[in-house]
Amino acid sequence: MTGPNIPVTEDELHAFVDNELPAERRADVEAWLTTHPDDAERVASWRAMAELLHARYDAIADEAVPQRLEIERLVQQPRRWIYGAVAATLVAFIAGGSAGWVARGAATSPSIFRSFTVDALGAHRTYVVEVRHPVEVAANERAHLQQWLSKRVGYEIKAPELDAAGLKLVGGRLLPGPEAPAAFFMYESPSGERYTLYTSRAAKADATQMRYAAQDKDGAMFWADKGVGYVVSGPTDKDRLNQVARQIYDQTEKVGG
Amino acid sequence: MIDAAQLRTAQDTVRIATDGTSPMSAFRESVESMIPALRRYARALARDTDIADDLVQDTLVRALRSEKLFIGGDLRSWLYTILTNLNRNRRRSLARKPVFTELFDNNPDASGTEAEGRDISRALAALVEEQRSVLLLVMLEGLSYREVADIQGVPIGTVMSRLARARAHVKAYLDGERPALRAVK
Repeated sequence: MTGPNIPVTEDELHAFVDNELPAERRADVEAWLTTHPDDAERVASWRAMAELLHARYDAIADEAVPQRLEIERLVQQPRRWIYGAVAATLVAFIAGGSAGWVARGAATSPSIFRSFTVDALGAHRTYVVEVRHPVEVAANERAHLQQWLSKRVGYEIKAPELDAAGLKLVGGRLLPGPEAPAAFFMYESPSGERYTLYTSRAAKADATQMRYAAQDKDGAMFWADKGVGYVVSGPTDKDRLNQVARQIYDQTEKVGG
Repeated sequence: MIDAAQLRTAQDTVRIATDGTSPMSAFRESVESMIPALRRYARALARDTDIADDLVQDTLVRALRSEKLFIGGDLRSWLYTILTNLNRNRRRSLARKPVFTELFDNNPDASGTEAEGRDISRALAALVEEQRSVLLLVMLEGLSYREVADIQGVPIGTVMSRLARARAHVKAYLDGERPALRAVK
């Protein structure tokens, strides 16, 4: 059913672009396109789209394959956990605690980004709604709070100054973290917006880029540096959260783990 | 469309594998040769670097575990099928968990084509899963409609209508008609 007089369908236009059209029909479509500028424009836009996709993603195929995807490694160390980092973390603890987990090596570790962010967002949601007891130690005991938390998390931690972002320290508390105890600071703006900083040791985390996660009305910004992970949580205004996170990053940079 | 040379290589090595000449390594080499393309597909499909490589890792583990069950055929399509299914399961299980996205402004992948790449990845993110998968398998990975139909377990007609809708939505997005994407569901 081909012929120069049979109208070209949209399916045929797609098939033409994707080289799925029977050879005998190609010339008909080419002729059709010279007299149907709208269709010609669509075909051109689909070709441009393919070029955009390749321009964006081909570089990934050219990257060196990460170690954890090396066949030899996978054959020796098949991944055992259920898909999903939260489940993976649970399985790890059931399987004998975090120490055993770490011993399995970096190739099989769940994403630090995920475990930190899920824990931090959980803490954020739990405590920002508290009116009477949002923190264990209030901001008027700042020195004591910093000293206590530094001792428990195992590296020097100072509650960042966020006055420039219009945020005042409410106080802090100690929480369980993915691998070690976590320090948790809460900040508040004059209008009652609350931001929290959650930080804990992340043995395998060197420097990472900042990453964003959102859940319902809360957003979180994660990064890690010198073996310490940080998550800043707050309302989902990404620019504002980014601004707060940058200020904290600038102040923690020199402290490190 | 289909990279015929690559396909033939995969099938040849698999045939060697089933002949028993060099059983383990030939199969593994075929799988290994697909890792770069699988990473590209996974990244475009899932956006997040870690999630994408987790998907590839799970795909490889599953494939390697099924080494003895694989009796020839199209290894390439089979790997894409595993990855596509794993991603669908992941999305289902994560439906109620936080949505993770890269923070674009310090994404190390952003290259000279940053502005364009940003748009195309956002356009992809706005597509429903099946449409995104069809679009990527056909346009980025160069699979045939037949292969994509097998991967998704649907008739070719469904593949074509998903592809047409995906292209229309991405085109509308790139043309700046953002509200049109609201209709995608």
